[in-house]
Amino acid sequence: MHVTSRPPVVRLSGVSIGYGERAVVRDADLTVVDGEVVAIMGPNGSGKTTLVRGLLGLATVLGGEVELLGRPLRTRQDRARVGYVPQRHTVGGTVASTVREVVASGRLPRLGWHGRLRAHDREVVEKAIEAVDLAPLAGNDIAELSGGQQRRALIARALAAEPEVLVMDEPTAGVDLASQQALARTVGRLTARGVTMLIVTHEVGPLVDVVTRALVVNDGRITYDGPLAAAPGGYEHAGGHHLHEAGDCADPHADVDQGVGPGAGRGPWLGSPVEDR
Amino acid sequence: MTSALELLQYDFMRRALLAGLLVGLAAPVVGIFLLQRRLALIGDGMGHVALAGVAAGVLTGRAPVWTALAAAVVGAVAIELIRARGRTSGDVALAVLFYGGIAGGVVLISLSPEGTPANLNAYLFGAITTTSGSDVATFAVLALLVLGVTVVLAPRLFAVANDPEYARAVGLPVLALNLTLAVLTAVTVVVSMRVVGLLLISALMILPNAIAQQLCSSFRTSLAVAVLVGVLVSVTGIGTSFYAGTPSGGTIVVLAVAVFVAASVLSGLRRRTARRRHQVAEGHQAHEHAEGCGHLAVVHGDHIDYVHEGHRHAMHGGHYDEH
Repeated sequence: MHVTSRPPVVRLSGVSIGYGERAVVRDADLTVVDGEVVAIMGPNGSGKTTLVRGLLGLATVLGGEVELLGRPLRTRQDRARVGYVPQRHTVGGTVASTVREVVASGRLPRLGWHGRLRAHDREVVEKAIEAVDLAPLAGNDIAELSGGQQRRALIARALAAEPEVLVMDEPTAGVDLASQQALARTVGRLTARGVTMLIVTHEVGPLVDVVTRALVVNDGRITYDGPLAAAPGGYEHAGGHHLHEAGDCADPHADVDQGVGPGAGRGPWLGSPVEDR
Repeated sequence: MTSALELLQYDFMRRALLAGLLVGLAAPVVGIFLLQRRLALIGDGMGHVALAGVAAGVLTGRAPVWTALAAAVVGAVAIELIRARGRTSGDVALAVLFYGGIAGGVVLISLSPEGTPANLNAYLFGAITTTSGSDVATFAVLALLVLGVTVVLAPRLFAVANDPEYARAVGLPVLALNLTLAVLTAVTVVVSMRVVGLLLISALMILPNAIAQQLCSSFRTSLAVAVLVGVLVSVTGIGTSFYAGTPSGGTIVVLAVAVFVAASVLSGLRRRTARRRHQVAEGHQAHEHAEGCGHLAVVHGDHIDYVHEGHRHAMHGGHYDEH
């Protein structure tokens, strides 16, 4: 089932990333393979966000090599294969738009010049909404949703492009505990379906069970790369509360693999739906 | 009905109503993206800049429509480029451009032999009944062009206006799309100049959308409602102005404001009852309340609420409401 010949999802070698001429991240080496969930941690201003913004084309790669699935990440089309979940929905609220409309806008990179959804695209959009448990709210104005629900809608928007890797910026920041747990369940289910993720975060919090690897960035350099438990600075605890409610907290890895594993091809999360309830 | 038909007997009224219909269609379609980007007043600014173009046309004996169009497009591109560079200085630069436009217009028109600032009135407030047949033909072509381009680009314009950073991350040409929207706005301003006037054009781009926002919860339906409102207030306003002897632009906008107030009151009432009734419980995916689920069940009218961490939850479709 495993396709061993598949190149790493993300590979950075000797990469510098910054804004204008100024390098914020220097000499970064990183290889992320299928199904990994990498927490990228570090103090404010350390460059952890800049590192992923380089992958997204929101910061400039000033040197070194960046590859996505063995291919250099050069064009806008290449970057569209990196799914982006920003910290918050930056605009919105002035004009009504439903969860479905916002998620559908994430499908744009996969659409033709006309930008219109075909039947297959609509299906992908609906599945993306289901994957984050927002199906009952798909027709609601996104501005009416809670912070945690909006965050999940943004995950669905990124999923709609069937990205090779999901980049999340502080997914749990500013979200209440119950929503953080709902978010962790969503992320857990996606990883079970083989989605590769880079999560920039201050506090791993409820995501502690999902993260498979931790990076610590200090002063623009990757200073630690290894298991979360051994990461310096005790990031796995910082501000995080992981409450196991009796009977309410399923092991996020329990529903692994309904026939679709890592490397099954593009958008593995689209494979056989995992029963949620 | 007879009176509506009576209007159509006059050539100038037929032209006026056609121009009104076109503006009513095109202005809200462009306006919804401006509203989404929180640029509700940008049309106003472009109207100011277009005025300088009108004056330049009068002064040099060229058709004011084309000089206004040139000025508005150049102004629009400049505004967008300034905005893209930075926010703080952008604000001041916009102000300079706006006031420069209107002051330049007044000065230029006073320099022309037959010009006095009073001549600008027709452009500032609209003079639909003096619109010539060739003017209407020009407006029709421009309005259809605006509509066509906006509809084709709509999914991209939506994505960029909804979340510019995300749009950039997925590889959309954000600056090019914003420049296109700016040019579309400029063209709409000039097309609407005769119908509502340069000082009121922004109203026709924004008010129908503001009205639709009171009533709709999706982008698609709110755009449809906005276009409907835009067409209705334009055509009704022009008809009313004929009988009441009032300027068409002012009449249309007063009508739109009245509809806005009515829609606000209506939606305020509706929202109040809806909010009392419906608040979706958060973080409620894993547990299904049922008899004996461990949460205290409380009878609440015709249904049962379950006490859950200090809130009361009630089943509603696929989710739980806060009660």
